[in-house]
Amino acid sequence: MTTLSIAEVRAKVLSGELKLRDVVEASRQKIDAQNVEINAFVYTDFELALKQADEVQEKIMSGTAGKMAGAVMGIKDVICEREKPTTCASDILAGFESVYDATVIERLKAEDAVIVGRLNMDEFAMGSTTEYSRYGASKNPRNTRKVTGGSSGGSAAAIAADMVNASLGSDTGGSIRQPASYCGVVGLKPTYGRVSRYGLVAYASSFDSIGPFAHNVEDAARVLEVIAGFDEMDNTSSREPVGNYVETVQNPTKNIRIGVPEEFFGEGLDPEIKEGIEATLKKLEDDGAELVPIHLPHTKYGIATYYILATAEASSNLARFDGIRYGHRTDKDAMLDELKAEEEDLKKAIKAADGAEKKELQAELERMDSALVRLYKKSRTEGFGMEVKRRIMLGTYVLSAGYYDAYYGKAQRVRRLIKQDYTDAFKEVDVIVTPTAPTTAFDIGSEIDDPLQMYLNDVYTISANLAGICGVSVPAGTHSNGMPYGIQFMGDTFQESKILNAARLVEMLD
Amino acid sequence: MSVTEKDVRYVAGLARLQLSEKEVKTLAGDMNDILGYMDQLNELDTTNVEPLEHVIEMDSRLRKDEAKAPISHEDALKNAPDADSDYFRVPKVIE
Repeated sequence: MTTLSIAEVRAKVLSGELKLRDVVEASRQKIDAQNVEINAFVYTDFELALKQADEVQEKIMSGTAGKMAGAVMGIKDVICEREKPTTCASDILAGFESVYDATVIERLKAEDAVIVGRLNMDEFAMGSTTEYSRYGASKNPRNTRKVTGGSSGGSAAAIAADMVNASLGSDTGGSIRQPASYCGVVGLKPTYGRVSRYGLVAYASSFDSIGPFAHNVEDAARVLEVIAGFDEMDNTSSREPVGNYVETVQNPTKNIRIGVPEEFFGEGLDPEIKEGIEATLKKLEDDGAELVPIHLPHTKYGIATYYILATAEASSNLARFDGIRYGHRTDKDAMLDELKAEEEDLKKAIKAADGAEKKELQAELERMDSALVRLYKKSRTEGFGMEVKRRIMLGTYVLSAGYYDAYYGKAQRVRRLIKQDYTDAFKEVDVIVTPTAPTTAFDIGSEIDDPLQMYLNDVYTISANLAGICGVSVPAGTHSNGMPYGIQFMGDTFQESKILNAARLVEMLD
Repeated sequence: MSVTEKDVRYVAGLARLQLSEKEVKTLAGDMNDILGYMDQLNELDTTNVEPLEHVIEMDSRLRKDEAKAPISHEDALKNAPDADSDYFRVPKVIE
C-alpha cells in the first residue's frame, strides 16, 4: 500500500477500496519489520499519524481534502517539527524538541499530508553516506551491505523500502540527489530560494535547500508544488510564481533540448553507468528530444569551491551550539574541577620554573579559559562528531586572518565563474543531463576514514548548489552489481517544470 | 601552505573545540590533504571576477512593521540545559 502514489491512495480512499488508516498501518508494519535493519526512521509517532489519517479520511470523503491527502510521509531529522525531537542525528541535540514547525511542515500539514516520523541522516547533513549519525548508519534496502548515500540517506531508504510514499530531505551539495541515485528513487533539489528554509537547521545557508523524495516523478512534483513559494519568514525565499508541476508531469513535452556536458562523462565515471545513461539519452532522442553537446569548463573546480564555502558557512552556523540555550551541556562541576586543577598545576609549574620558561607559563596562565569559554568548548567537543568537527575546523581555518582572501574570497570568485557556465549553457538548452553519481552505492565503512575521497562522491551534484539551480535524480537503470543508479537533469533557476518534465520522460521509458 | 599541529590547536581554540593530541595529528593530516586539493583553484585567474555573494538575485523588501506572537517565554526556555523561570543560567563569568 505504501508503494501506491499519493493520487492512487486518495482515489482508492474515495472509492471506498481503502481506508487511509490502513495505509498508515501498512507503513507501521513495514517500519516494524524492516527498520531494525535499514535504520531509516529514528523516531515515529503512529498514534498521532493514525489520528491525522482519520481526519484526512473524513476530508477526502467530504471533498474538502488538501493537495497532499494520500501522502504518508517521513521528515529528515534536520527540519523542525513542533513538539517532535529534532536532533540532526547529533549528540549535541539529543533530547531537543522543536518549539515550532518549519514552513514546509506547516504547508504539508495544511494540505493534509500525514507525517509518521523522522528520518536518519549524516550529522548536521555533513556526509555522503549517512554513516556519520548518532543513530548508526542507514542501510541500503537494495543491499544492506551498501550505504544509502547521504546526507538524506534515511529519506531515500524509507522510500526504497516502501515505508512511506514521500519524504523530505535537504540538499546542500547533493544530499537529496545522490542518495536517490544510490537507493533507486526520485529525489529533487529545488532552485535556491524556491522553498523556504525557515525551520531547516542551517548547514551552509547559501546552498541549503529542502526537497522531496518519492517513488515516482509525479509525487515529487506534488510535494514540491505544496512546499514551494515565498515565505516572509525566510527573506531568501523567492516571490517567483510556483509552477503547475503536477500538470507538467501529467502532460510531458517530448521535444526538449538536452545539453550533454562532456565534463560529466569523463574519467572517474563507472563505464556501465556511462553506457546506461547514453542508451537512455538515445531513447529520448528517438522520441523527439534534441541532444546538444555543451561545455561547463569550470566543473572540475566545483568540489574545492564548495568545500571552502560550505565549511566556512558551517563553522559560522554551528557557532550557535554552545550549551547555553539548548542542546548538550557538559557537566558543570566536573568542568570547574578540571579548570581548577589546570590552574593549580600551572601555578606549581611557574613556581618551579625560571627565566623564559617561567614567562611562557605565566602567559599561559593569563590565557587560560574562563569558566564560560571552557563550558562552550567542552559542550561542543562532547556534542559534535568527528566529521562535523573536521568541517568546523576547515571552515574556521579558511575564514581566519591571513587566509580569508586566499581561500574564501577566491572560492567566491570561482563560484561566479561556475554560475556563469550554467547561465551561458541555459541560453541554448532546456535541461542539462549528467549521471547523478560516478558510481553505485559502495560498501558501508569503505570510505569513512578518507574524508577527501568521501567529498569526491559529490562531483556531479555539487555544481547545482554552487550555481543555485535545480536538479532532479530519477532511476535510470540497474548496474550488473545489482545496485541502481540515477540520471540527473539540471535546470536553470526556477525551471523545476523543465527538469520534472525530463525526469518524467525517462520514467516513461520503462 | 602547510597546516602545522600548532595551527590546528590555534584554530580549535577559535572554533571553541578541545582536541586530543591524536585528533590534532589526524586533523593536521586531513586539513593538509583537503587544503592541498583546494589549492587547484589557484590555476584560475580571477583578478577581474567579482566574488559571488548572492546566488539568486532578488530584491529585498521590508516586512510590514506589525507585532506578531513570538515564541513564548516558556517555549524559549524549554530546551535550556539550565534555566530558572526567567533566564538561561551560565557559570559565573565575572570573578
